[in-house]
Parts: sequence; structure tokens; C-alpha cells
Amino acid sequence: MKRGLPIVLIVVVVTAVLIVLGLTVAAPTSAGTVGLVRRSGLPGFSSNADTPQQAMSNFLVDVQKRNWDRAFASLERTSQALTEKQFEQEWTGANGGLRSFSSLEAFDARPLHATDSDAQMRVRLDWATPVGPVEDVRDLHLTKRGDQWKVVWNETPRPNVPAQVVPVNYLRWDLVTGSASGAEWGSHNVDAPRVRILSMNAVDTAEGAVVMGEVVNEDTIPAFVNVNATLVDAAGNVIDDETSFDKILHVLLPKQVSPYRIDFPNFSLKKVKNVRIDTKATLVPASSDPVIGVMNQKLGQDAQGHAVLQGDLLNQSGQTVNIPHVIVSFYDNNGKVVWVSDGYVEHALLPQSSEPFAVELPKSLAGKVQNFHVVVNQYSMENS
Amino acid sequence: MSWSISTVWKTLRPGFWVLSLAVSALCLTVALCAQDITLQAPSDAVAGKAAKIATTGSGSAKFYLLGPSTAVKRDVQLGQDIALAPDEVQSAGRYVAIVCAGSCANADFFVAPGKPVSLVFLVHPSRAPVGKSGLISGVAMPFDEYHDLVLTPAAVDFQLSAKSGTPVSHAVETHDGAAWFRISSGKSAGPLQITASMNDVVARRVVQQVASDPCNLRIKGERTAQGIEVETDPVRDCDGNPVPDGTIITFTAKGGDETSTVDAPVKKDVARARMSAKGPVVISAASGVVMGNELRLGGQ
Repeated sequence: MKRGLPIVLIVVVVTAVLIVLGLTVAAPTSAGTVGLVRRSGLPGFSSNADTPQQAMSNFLVDVQKRNWDRAFASLERTSQALTEKQFEQEWTGANGGLRSFSSLEAFDARPLHATDSDAQMRVRLDWATPVGPVEDVRDLHLTKRGDQWKVVWNETPRPNVPAQVVPVNYLRWDLVTGSASGAEWGSHNVDAPRVRILSMNAVDTAEGAVVMGEVVNEDTIPAFVNVNATLVDAAGNVIDDETSFDKILHVLLPKQVSPYRIDFPNFSLKKVKNVRIDTKATLVPASSDPVIGVMNQKLGQDAQGHAVLQGDLLNQSGQTVNIPHVIVSFYDNNGKVVWVSDGYVEHALLPQSSEPFAVELPKSLAGKVQNFHVVVNQYSMENS
Repeated sequence: MSWSISTVWKTLRPGFWVLSLAVSALCLTVALCAQDITLQAPSDAVAGKAAKIATTGSGSAKFYLLGPSTAVKRDVQLGQDIALAPDEVQSAGRYVAIVCAGSCANADFFVAPGKPVSLVFLVHPSRAPVGKSGLISGVAMPFDEYHDLVLTPAAVDFQLSAKSGTPVSHAVETHDGAAWFRISSGKSAGPLQITASMNDVVARRVVQQVASDPCNLRIKGERTAQGIEVETDPVRDCDGNPVPDGTIITFTAKGGDETSTVDAPVKKDVARARMSAKGPVVISAASGVVMGNELRLGGQ
């Protein structure tokens, strides 16, 4: 017993020393990553905002933990009209938008420039959403108030849609299948809608082979369309087959054209001799409402220097579009589809209001693109 | 005592001889008792109608009848007619009648379909764009009341009547139980009623003739306080038929390096859209693969 006591004391002392070392050494390490703030979904604790990086980290940790009171209190607001509820909605979404179903999984903040009293940081937010990971990049300004740094929040709150009556007189197609009992054979036949592939282009990318093009509904009724592609080798064997999944406007109204894109991850076209495309179209009930205008479309660059097509979606109807989905076909100067890209808009598109969107384009194609065609897929809770 | 094969054979040989003699005697008895049975099958049996099979001989026998959807077994008296009930010969086709009494005899016969009571009439497509050559086709097949395909050649009268225009009639004789036609779609949109008739049996189908692709798509527009209001002239195909409501017209406004697009549905022959652009713009319209005119509007 007497011999065991010194060993216990040694263990306790060594543990205490290690704890002290850990606390003192860990802090300079995180602060010393030359302005880089990284954070995953692991819980942590906030400390004083002595540096812009620390202030940003504290703010984003609070947002991630949904600690709205503290996050809102730590802001330097440019508009005193901003309420905590509005600030919260900016992060948590509303009206059944994609952001409502998302969570902030990780973030990454890098300083753009800093002085003694001001700093600019670029924040990359990684959201986990039902449609896959979504990356959101924001440039945030920080200012020093006393001995503390604060995030300046200058985003204007989303305007509330005023109460109004929007007449809706667009068409709707219902499907009446009729009763099979007692019906004569052949008397209730309704043909599937006629859809046609307008173009097809297969390219190799770093991620794999991509088959893309456009499809049109040539019929006078709405069609639910899916495009399948099958890769065939020189011996006539099927290598792989995939569908367009969500990279297509599934419900095509009469004479409507949609881009489609089919990805074959980790596949090279070098092995492929033929690509077989087939469309499956079925008759579905549909509505021509809501009409969504795609305004101010412009090719440019985002904050990170990526080539993007950006613009605004304008909901011209009286129905909320919960999750707008933008699909774009890009054409070269011969009118050939050279790329199809898509992106989800994180906030719901309210009646008679607009939301910005941006869809990325591979840098190598940015110079080739002469024209583009944007369609908007819409998921509305009222319709589902 | 050893159990070699020769030992066993020597022991059992007398018994085998007795058994062989008994079997031979039984076969001789059966052969002497067997009768010469003949069956006379009906030559004009019709589906669903009673028929008779004449037999010769005497005594009882087992009767078997095998047909396309029939299998019957019952006791019959030889020398009497075997009555076939209507429900035993409902399906047209080849039947085999077998009678067994000691020996068996069989006879084949055919049951013909009855009188046509229904026409299966298939018409394709259910929607046909106007002015398309050889697009609409139909096939009629007569069936009797037991759903037997009537193979006897018979004339089917196809009548086509559109909303505008006089009805057209076309008689076609069935061949192997089918009569068919192929025609071009008309010039006017609307329902095309197609009737197939055979004696007093009639079947009707309707093909919806719809407008073809838009033709001469023209737009007009003006600046308003809300932006640019643009609308099409009434959208019609090349035969003057208005395109169905809901047809999508894509309006595109290009000004500087910015583009705005709206996919607007046609309503009461016209598609309208509201667009936003401040500077001079060029507005165009398209429907599917059909392009319209361009409209130039100056800046605000």
C-alpha cells in the first residue's frame, strides 16, 4: 500500500501537467493557423472574440448550434429594424424552403484582408440538405468594437409578402382513367405522350462520363419524362446504364423543352462504342401554374472565381414554390449543348417575389459558351 | 446351401412357367372380349351449340373429350349417340373424342366460331396531329358470344366522320379474322369518330385530331410601369388550327449581356409574359423547336 501511493501521486501529477499543457498549447495552435478557421460538426466552446478569426468562429459555432440569442447579440447590425426572428430565418429558412430541411455541417473562414479595426473574411458554409451537400460562400465584414471583434450583419431582411389576391386562371390537366369493369377492350386507350430527344452529347470529365442534351414534349398533353442512357462497348455488351434522376424537368408541358444530364461516375468514354438513349414518357395530371420567370441571366464569376450563370427567379403566380430547382443547358456557337448544370435555390420562392440563383459552369467551357437555356423545376408542398 | 444364381433359377423356374401361362390366358380372354368401336364426330359443330357423336358397339364405356378449353370424362353407352352439351363446346377449335371399352377409339372434329356478336376495334393513335400522312390506323376483329375469333371472311364497314366534312365509308373484308385500314389525319382539329360495323354489330372509337406545331409565331409587346408586357398573336398551326391551351411559349429578352426568359402557357390562343429589362432589348419567342419573330424595344 505504501509503495502504491507514490505511483498514484505520480500519475495524478502527470495527468494534471498534461491537462495544463493541452490547454495552453492548443489555444495558440488554433489561433495560429494564420487566419484559417475550420470547424466540423463537433461541439466546442466559444471564448472571447479577441481576433477576427475568433469572432467569426464564435459566431459560426453559435449559428451551427442554433444558439440564436448569442449569435444575434454578437452582431454589429447595420439596420436596427432587423429582428432576431428575421436573422434566425435567414439561417434556418422558412416557408418549407430547402434551408428549412438543412443543417450547417461545417464551415471554413479565410481572411481576405484585415486592419486594426476592420476585417473581411470569406466564409464557406457546408450545408447538409435532402438533395445532397450544398456549399454556400459568403464574404462577411468584421469590425472592432472596444477590445472585441464583431461580425457586421448588413443583409437586408427578406421582405414579407403583402396580403393580396392573385387571380389564378392557368390550366390544369386531370387524368381520368375510367372504369375498367364492363368496358370494351380498346375503348379506353390513351396513348402515352410523344416526347423526342432533340440533342445528345457525351463527354469525358474528371469525375466520369456525362451524357447530356435536350428533350421536348411534342404532344398536346403534359408528360412525365425520364431519360435513360446505356453505354455499350465495341462487342455490343452493356457497360452501364443510368437515368437522368433529378437533372431533368420531369413534368414537361406541351412543347416544353428540358435539358437532361446523365452522369456515369468513374467511367471513361474510351471504352464506349455506342450510347443508347431512350425516353420514358407517361401521362400525368399537371398544372401550368406557377409561372416562374428567369430574369437577369448573366454569365460571370462568383466570389471564388468560378464561372457561373446567375440571375433571379421571379414567381409570377400566387403559389409559394418551396424548393426551386434551376437546370441550365449551355450551347456553343453551333448551338450544340456543351454542358448541363443544375442547382437548388435554398430559400422558398414566395408569390410575386424573386430569389437569386447561381449555377456553376466548368471553367474549361466558360469561353466556349455562347448561349444558354434555363428551366425551373418546382417542388411545391401544396402539389405534393 | 449356396445362393448362386443357378441355384435360385432352378428353384423358381417352375413358378415362372405357371405365371407366364396365366398372363397369356388373360390376354387371350381380353382380346376375344374387345369390340370394334367406331365414333362418328360431328362435321358442322358450332361453338356453344349442342352436338352429337355417334358410336357403335354395346355396353358401357368411358368417354373423354379434349378441346381448346375443355376436358370431359364420363360414362357412356356404346351404340347410342353421345350428346355434347353447349357448354362443352364453347371454344372454337380442334377437339378429340376418345371412347374406351377394352380397346379405345378416337375421332377428331372442329368446332367453328358462332355468329359475330362483338367487334374488337383498336384505333391508334388516340391523339393525332393534323395533316400527317398515314398516321391513323385501325383494326377490327369479329368475335362470337364465347369470344371465339370469327375466321370466316366477312365485310367490316369503317365509317369516319369528323366535325367538319362529310363522313367517309370504307368496306374491308376480314382476312384471317382481321380487317384494317390506314388513313391520313385531316386538316381540322377536333374529334374524328371512327365506326366499325359488321351486320348489326357496331364499335365506335374517337381519335382526337390536334393542332400541329405552331406556325408563323408572332409576338408584340410594350413597356409598362411593371416592365415589359409581351404577348403572342393567336398561336395557330400551318392549317389555321389554334394550338391547345397550355402549350408552352418561351419568351426570351436579351439586352446587353443579360437575358431573361419566361415559359408562358397559351391561354385562349394567346400566351402572355411579363419581363424585366431596363435597356434596349430584343425579345423573341419559341415553342418547342419553332421560332417566332424578334421584337426590338428601346430603353426606358
